[in-house]
Amino acid sequence: MAHTLAVTTPTDLEPDVLPANVVRGYWQSVAYRLRHDPVTLFFGMVILLIILAAIFAPWIAPYDPYKESVIARLKPFGWRGHLIGTDELGRDLLTRIIYGGRISLFMGLAPVAVATVVGGALGILAGFGGRRVNTVIMRTMDVFYAFPSVLLAVAISGAMGGGIANGMIALSMVFTPALCRISETATAQVRNLDFIEAARASGAGTFTILRFHVLGNVLGPIFIYASSLVSVSILLASGLSFLGLGVKPPEPDWGLMLSTLRQSIYVNPWICAMPGAAIFITSICFNLVSDGIRAAMDVRM
Amino acid sequence: MQIQPLPDDDLDPRDRGGQAQPLLIVEGLRKFFRVKTQDGKPAAVKAVDDISFTVFKGETLGVVGESGCGKSTLARLLMHLIEPDYGTLIFDGEAVDSPDGITVDTLRQQLQMVFQDSYSSLNPRMPVRDSVAFGPLVHGKTREQARAVAKDMLTKVGLNPDLFGPRYPHELSGGQKQRVNIARALAISPRMVILDEAVSALDKSVEAQVLNLLRQLKRSFSLTYLFISHDLNVVQYISDRVLVMYLGRVVELGPVEDIFSRPKHPYTQALLGSRSSMDPARRLEEPPITGDPPSPIDPPSGCRFRTRCPYAEAVCAAEMPELSTWRDRESHVTACHMQNSASGHSLADVMGRA
Amino acid sequence: MLVLILRRLAYAAPIALGVSLVCFSLVYLAPGDPLQAVMPADVTPDMVEMIRHEYGFDKPIPVQYALWLWRAVQGDFGLSIGSRRPVIVDVLGSLQNTLLLTSFAVPIAFVIGYTLGAIAGCFPGRWLDRTVTGFAVMGVSVPNYWLGIVMVIAFAVELSWLPATGMGPRGSDAFSIFSLGDLRYLVMPVFTLSMVPVGIIARSTRAAVAEIRGQDFVITLRAKGLSETAVIRHVLKNALPQVLAVMGLQFGYLMGGSILIETVFTWPGSGFLLAKAIINRDIPVLQGAILLLSLVFVATNLVVDLLQSAIDPRIRRA
Repeated sequence: MAHTLAVTTPTDLEPDVLPANVVRGYWQSVAYRLRHDPVTLFFGMVILLIILAAIFAPWIAPYDPYKESVIARLKPFGWRGHLIGTDELGRDLLTRIIYGGRISLFMGLAPVAVATVVGGALGILAGFGGRRVNTVIMRTMDVFYAFPSVLLAVAISGAMGGGIANGMIALSMVFTPALCRISETATAQVRNLDFIEAARASGAGTFTILRFHVLGNVLGPIFIYASSLVSVSILLASGLSFLGLGVKPPEPDWGLMLSTLRQSIYVNPWICAMPGAAIFITSICFNLVSDGIRAAMDVRM
Repeated sequence: MQIQPLPDDDLDPRDRGGQAQPLLIVEGLRKFFRVKTQDGKPAAVKAVDDISFTVFKGETLGVVGESGCGKSTLARLLMHLIEPDYGTLIFDGEAVDSPDGITVDTLRQQLQMVFQDSYSSLNPRMPVRDSVAFGPLVHGKTREQARAVAKDMLTKVGLNPDLFGPRYPHELSGGQKQRVNIARALAISPRMVILDEAVSALDKSVEAQVLNLLRQLKRSFSLTYLFISHDLNVVQYISDRVLVMYLGRVVELGPVEDIFSRPKHPYTQALLGSRSSMDPARRLEEPPITGDPPSPIDPPSGCRFRTRCPYAEAVCAAEMPELSTWRDRESHVTACHMQNSASGHSLADVMGRA
Repeated sequence: MLVLILRRLAYAAPIALGVSLVCFSLVYLAPGDPLQAVMPADVTPDMVEMIRHEYGFDKPIPVQYALWLWRAVQGDFGLSIGSRRPVIVDVLGSLQNTLLLTSFAVPIAFVIGYTLGAIAGCFPGRWLDRTVTGFAVMGVSVPNYWLGIVMVIAFAVELSWLPATGMGPRGSDAFSIFSLGDLRYLVMPVFTLSMVPVGIIARSTRAAVAEIRGQDFVITLRAKGLSETAVIRHVLKNALPQVLAVMGLQFGYLMGGSILIETVFTWPGSGFLLAKAIINRDIPVLQGAILLLSLVFVATNLVVDLLQSAIDPRIRRA
């Protein structure tokens, strides 16, 4: 049986699939897509403004956030230079909302950051470790997953007695299981791909493989999910303050302000809605930016 | 007795046993995977069941068989990517993973593997030159040295390192990706490479290019190949000897010309018969074998091929045929009762003498 | 099917046990002596010692947990520090009121969300889709306790159309959904509570419809010459199980997550009870309410899971 195969020299390449000058890594292409997404860019700018305003509050805010005034209580919009009026103790509302962003943003971002690190690491461990490690971690997470998030946050911070630190612990515990699941799923998908075996065949140890080959592939999904949690975290944290489980007065915090101003809705109703509007706007911005990030990152390569 | 010195250019400093020592001896290799059947009972998939063979220095041993016959498991067992249940690997005279032999790490510096799926065998978040450089880096080279090796290797597999090195896998075609995979395997200068369906996913024209590249690389690096494929034409083209697997066992082993011109085992005959012919006059009217192979969870008693074998008799169900003993590269052996005149098979005398 | 039910139960049971363990440990999260946390502040030291012994607080923690669980299974969560009534009475009573809210809010959210999502999914990328998507984002981003306050300001304070808070002058026991006067008290809490699920259901419906519209069988339907309305009917029917599952989960979330809404509207439900318990540091109520609410959540998930596999045979095999 005569058998011939077309013989060409090895350097004869099949036609090139791409123009040579367009070499783009994953993160570069994500950045490229984000740069061309005006909606995400716009709301990202708004978030940036809110954050900058919170950081530079002492220079921006027109008044002292703690200065009370007996004669200036619950005044309407524009009263004597108070752009959006004053609160129940006569403090400038705009000033307090600008300052309030500090705690509210912190409580939105910090628990998500903690949960991303802890949940992400646990998920990678569960996804890459043995079956027993996986069972222990994931079944524990399932238990915490079995609580509605608001309930778990309230339960933990309620039992621990409120305050910023306890609220942060509670919210971190709320978000950790979800991030752990995402991270475990992503890791389990990656670990079965051939390039992990190829890396092992190259003689690399588990830690090296995790660092070079797993991390880069699971950070994307983890980050996408974490970004969608920021808005939830802001809502939940403000909710805890609203219930009296967050910041203690007189610190300015959006949820707490909403809760105390609520007593005055019959005096000057629309003033009372202002801190909530701040929560709403911030939360919507984070949600839209997160949607944009997801659209830019969620591509199979 | 005096040892003949080999010519300098053929002498690999890592060579220990000389040309006569086979590079890889596999003895009694076995791997069962524990699974659960549909009704929840524990069972074992007999993926690789008591396999023995030898790979000589400088040759290409082709491994053929239907999908699911345990070819890929065999490759992973040889690389120690999965632990064998039983069996010994002897690499150039040294037992692998044994106290008085070499470690798995040492083995992996001399034995490398090219994977089938060029899509998932490269890290999608890494420029391909880093994928190639990863092996040398792990083995203690500095970043610059590893980059230099990667550059060199990419050139050797026919890719311009400046053009292709910084690219990501999704920016390469299937053939280019497989070239990168080959470069990665060769980057830590192994002595033997396992090619697990390395060209199977490629277009025919690209396949031919990569096959020729493999032949050329084998020459210039004095490599030994274990070439796994389900494609008989490709195996015939590239192999010196061929091993035929069926349901986790070796059914036939011999030099490529013998296997392809005078196949002994009915399974090998059927496999060869099922090849599509370029000649319309030789078109098959009936398929030589029908149906799917039986489940490896509960393989047939005796000879595993008997359920599809046209010559099956009582002895085939009762006794498992053993691979006849072989001596050297030229041996052509098979595991079939018809080839053993003492087996009691009615065709044993006729076939055995033929 | 029976095997499936048993298997899912076997999966849910350890989770329920874990949930109870978390609830039990809440007492130990509280600062100070756990016994102090479950006792009224004015009891004498002798009483404390007596109860410490009687309730087994002097025993090792695993034994305490077993005792607590044993009592909890029998419905005994101790006495509420605030009301001095058995916790179970307070919790079950308030749970009814929460159920009233959610059983109105969830179907309403489903109807609105499914309609909006279906419209958006049928016109992907068009202005209708964008409007709905924008509305859905607002739904999931809005702090619903704030929305509740805004509603109170608008419809109770400014317009005086609806009562601001509570369940009516006759109290929760006499509340009747057949009385128009009582129903007025439901309007704002139900609407506020349904905002987030409307957003979530609209989003998932849109995604499901858009995905199904791209599948091969839809092309076949069109090729067969079916009118666009008929095609859409097929698509919507196929999207339904997915969305129903989302709705089921939302029911569980609302049961456990209505605490803020109930606080805003002083609705005497389980969430309001919880909020009061937190302010009064009434740990037995906190424990009991959280355990029951999360068990409701676990049970809802289980039921949704089973219903979904009853509808969709593909899931059953998995």
